[in-house]
Amino acid sequence: MIKFEWLKTQPLLWIILVAALMMLVLSFASPYFMTLGNMTNLTKQVSIVAILAAGQAIVIISGGIDLSVGSVLALSAVTIGWLIEQGIDPKIATVAGLAMGTFMGWINGMVITRGKIPPFIATLGMLGIARGMALVITKGVSYQVLEPMFLYIGNSKVLGLPIPLYFVVVVFGVVMVMMHMTVFGRHVYAIGGDERVARLEGIPVDRQKVKIYALSGFLAAVAAVVMVGRLAATPPSVAQGTELQAIAAVIIGGISFVGGRGLVITALVGAFIMAMITNGLNILGISSFYQQVLIGIVIIVAVWLDNLKSSAQ
Amino acid sequence: MATTTPLVEMHHISKHFGGIQALSDAHLDLYLGEVLGVLGHNGAGKSTLIKILAGAETANEGSIFIDGHEAHISDPNDARRHGIETIYQELALCGNLHAPANVFMGRELHKWGFLRKRAMKDEADKALSRLNIRIPSLDAEVQSMSGGQRQCISIGRAVHFDTKILIMDEPTAALGMEESKKVMDLIVELKRQGLGIIWISHDIHEVYNFTDRITILNGGRNVITAPTRDFTQDQIVSMIISGRPIKTVAAEG
Repeated sequence: MIKFEWLKTQPLLWIILVAALMMLVLSFASPYFMTLGNMTNLTKQVSIVAILAAGQAIVIISGGIDLSVGSVLALSAVTIGWLIEQGIDPKIATVAGLAMGTFMGWINGMVITRGKIPPFIATLGMLGIARGMALVITKGVSYQVLEPMFLYIGNSKVLGLPIPLYFVVVVFGVVMVMMHMTVFGRHVYAIGGDERVARLEGIPVDRQKVKIYALSGFLAAVAAVVMVGRLAATPPSVAQGTELQAIAAVIIGGISFVGGRGLVITALVGAFIMAMITNGLNILGISSFYQQVLIGIVIIVAVWLDNLKSSAQ
Repeated sequence: MATTTPLVEMHHISKHFGGIQALSDAHLDLYLGEVLGVLGHNGAGKSTLIKILAGAETANEGSIFIDGHEAHISDPNDARRHGIETIYQELALCGNLHAPANVFMGRELHKWGFLRKRAMKDEADKALSRLNIRIPSLDAEVQSMSGGQRQCISIGRAVHFDTKILIMDEPTAALGMEESKKVMDLIVELKRQGLGIIWISHDIHEVYNFTDRITILNGGRNVITAPTRDFTQDQIVSMIISGRPIKTVAAEG
């Protein structure tokens, strides 16, 4: 068991092995799983949750949580759709959508730091506010977005790979560099490790938290851009519950829910594992009701394994 | 006490938390190369007084002078700019980070926001070995280290940044006997290097052996400030408890 013990101290290798094992099992279980068409489908499915998971990883490593990303995504998407409907240039509409997401995240950060409201409560409030605003703006109707730019994002391929995948790669690339190579990331880990110490050592904790939640909001808006492309529409009820999928991806990846520990990239693997469960069970013709049960079990098992890892160290 | 201008002077410091008066008209002065013991029972105001100097609290009234110049200290970074570093009893380290990250916490070396990990590791290594501090590995999380090793990292961090004034709030309270001794040795060494050290402790024996002067607080007010050796240990204890100064021949002379 020496090898197993060693493996438990390698979080990235560990989770990649789990994902690879799943792929292997699924490709034996169904001949359709490893086809190009299905893989393209899978990466498209994973893209939204993966982008949200990147933001969620930052927030969770800082010791917080952001429950509002699904709603903020919807509000950003609706902002884009509404502006295009008003005849505004789609590029400007996109920038406005990104600004809207960032602004909502900024409000989260301000409420948490200035209002001293716990992140869970503050972002739970924002979950309702942003969703409600999306419904108010659209009066409940979905705008069609047939702009070539969004159709391109949603349906085209570059070098044989779907465009949303490039969004995921760029987002994770940038977030990984930020979190592991910059002062910003070091401060996120310090705050997640011990906020009191971070404060004593002169880290501007409140300002940092505002940046973290604004960034999470911005990434929700980036996911909204991909979503608008895929749906060619902006239903205000879009992405309901995706915040929980993003959180689940982060947890399955092995990032500590207490904060301060974990690698950003594992959230991406976590998102892929979740997508593979859904996709694999669909292909095998198993009811989607079971999928929810299984994902629930996987989340709990992931944290249980994480506890084993920490006690091994 | 070679210089006549004190390194630190705190005048007329008052601080209240809601209705509770933590400090009223408190004073403190510290000279180059001395260890000043700040004494008092729990709630006497000693921690509040040094937190004000460290920038962790701000006073409602009063002024602080560093090297004879008035200093405005409203957060830990202001204090650091004046060469004031604090070592807390609760080991102010992030357990999830390694030693170099802790040494440079809040003032990371960077180029355009990118961490200079190599440089920080080298400098942390130098800072720790200069004080003869040995830790298992610079890459290990400090959580995996003993209390003594962690406190030594705190001290290594505190003295690395051109420090003139070192505040120690019960630095050995959480440590075992052997670890305490290691920390005490380190302090003697730092004193020899000419730092001004403010030492807060409940251990009267420790205070008696290591401090040059003492300031006793009671109920947020100064009781006495005098050379430690003017009194016996018993007399110091009795002043801490009673809150009244004892007149001795030496103190009057």
